[in-house]
Amino acid sequence: MKTLDIKNVSFAYSRKGPQVLHDVSFSTEKGDLVAVLGPNGVGKSTLFKCMLGFMKKYSGEIFLNGTNIAAMTHKQIAKQIAYIPQSTHPAFNYEVLDVVMMGLTSSLSVLSSPKQEHIEEARKALESLGIAHLEHAGYGEISGGERQLVLIARALVQKSKILIMDEPTANLDYGNQFRVMQRVAGLAKNGYTIILSTHNPDHAFIYANRVVMMYGGRVIADGTPEDVLDADLIRKVYNVDVTVNTFENTCRTHKLCVPKDTEF
Amino acid sequence: MTEQKTRHVPNYTLRFILLSAAALLCILFSFAVGRFPVSLSDVLMIFATEIFHLDIVWDYATWSTVINIRLPRILAAFFVGAALATAGAAYQGMFQNPLVSPDILGASSGAGFGAALAIFMNLGPVWITAFAFAGAVICVGAAYVVSRLTKGSATLSMVLAGILVSSLFTAMTSFLKTVADTEDQLPEITYWLMGSLADADMGDVIFAGVLILIGIIPIFLLRWRMNVLTLGEDEAKSMGINPNRLRLIVVSCATLITAAAVSISGIIGWIGLVIPHFCRMIFGCDYRRIIPSAIVMGGAFLLVVDDLARCLTTTEIPIGILTAFVGAPIFAYLLMMGGRRS
Repeated sequence: MKTLDIKNVSFAYSRKGPQVLHDVSFSTEKGDLVAVLGPNGVGKSTLFKCMLGFMKKYSGEIFLNGTNIAAMTHKQIAKQIAYIPQSTHPAFNYEVLDVVMMGLTSSLSVLSSPKQEHIEEARKALESLGIAHLEHAGYGEISGGERQLVLIARALVQKSKILIMDEPTANLDYGNQFRVMQRVAGLAKNGYTIILSTHNPDHAFIYANRVVMMYGGRVIADGTPEDVLDADLIRKVYNVDVTVNTFENTCRTHKLCVPKDTEF
Repeated sequence: MTEQKTRHVPNYTLRFILLSAAALLCILFSFAVGRFPVSLSDVLMIFATEIFHLDIVWDYATWSTVINIRLPRILAAFFVGAALATAGAAYQGMFQNPLVSPDILGASSGAGFGAALAIFMNLGPVWITAFAFAGAVICVGAAYVVSRLTKGSATLSMVLAGILVSSLFTAMTSFLKTVADTEDQLPEITYWLMGSLADADMGDVIFAGVLILIGIIPIFLLRWRMNVLTLGEDEAKSMGINPNRLRLIVVSCATLITAAAVSISGIIGWIGLVIPHFCRMIFGCDYRRIIPSAIVMGGAFLLVVDDLARCLTTTEIPIGILTAFVGAPIFAYLLMMGGRRS
């Protein structure tokens, strides 16, 4: 069964403004880790905002486990999709545990606050991501990589099986990028559907089982990274000459891409 | 990510109990101090007499000072302080900005204009309160309507509309001051704008108390959800909140309690901006703790300031002036001691 099914979505921010998305279609299955690639400003974030129901004035249809999201409330959508934004600096310095518990919003009734059992739930989510020791740290004082993991913990507490991540590795150092991506790949293996945007084709090669390449507001390639991502496509989209090579990694063989040498 | 970051976890319950005990002591102490001193035991016995209908005869001056003069004033001070601090905390969260105060949408300038108009028209004290309340509600309502008619970010346009509308009301107040009678109307308007609880009677306390209670209850119940809205519109939506609806409810309630408070006290700045910061330093940022502590701390703080207003000199010092005189050094001290950053 398709978890998300996007059919012919087009979008413009204003009636006379430029069209940001042109006839975008793709769908996801349970356990997919879909990497959405494309240059800056191509409409990745806009597409995510449509998929999350933040913006409703698109043409086309988006189905969430078979239901059209146009007819769903924010609460109904939140029970099935969790959103992990780029980690930003919050206006108020909440404790990490409090940030994680905010993921419970859609499952608690309007006037209630979290109880002891919910605190335990939030702790478990932090533990599963290996950051239990940050429980009482200030969210504004931890590193960018830790913040990203906290936001993932919050999404786990939300108990939605589809995760949409807007550039989860942006602003992270080399090590944190891979630590975060490994956790994310682990979640996909456990039955989550994950859709993330990234600027690093290697992340798609190593972790994703699907690539959706966007260019000029359209999907120009959709398939497994091995089939789809080649030097021609990367040159067309990013205007860079690369060599794509197969690499014998410790557990399996996958491709990687390296920029071609030029005389400096 | 590997380095260990542990932090001593404060006992928030104990802190809240201490704060509440301090507030209770302030209340008790406030009955005793003043130009007509009453001993603490007399204060307690007078209340015992009133509550349990004891057979004790009090001399009228003592009894009347406690029951007729100090009781309404103490209640008014506590309610107004609690209201302004809670409204300030709520507004700061809704606008994701710790520099926001309750008059950001024009509640104070609206109230000021309403009161000035009532004084200008030679209406009685009840009408001054009613006009001030109506002025505050109209001013914020106008700001809200203007903000809905503009494009762009909801919070930014609300703040801009608030500044716009409140400057208009401030200008109208200034105009009234130029045409008001300089013998009695102008000084009365000026004093009202500086804030005072000297004229608060039991009628005022009941009027404002009921409205403040109506406004505080929804904020108190929704306080956990307010956390989510401070993260911004999109994140709140992604967690299943309708941000516009929640913000409208909280802002309406905060406006109601601000309007009710300033209508009996005049304009008292500072508390709504700074008490929420004190609360964050002591109780962290979670609104589950901020709202109850703002109620208690705001009430107690204004009560202490009002005690000073009526005791320091032979003539009353306007409370709007004293809040800053008393609060600024405390705030500076706390900032320098470096509590939890908020």
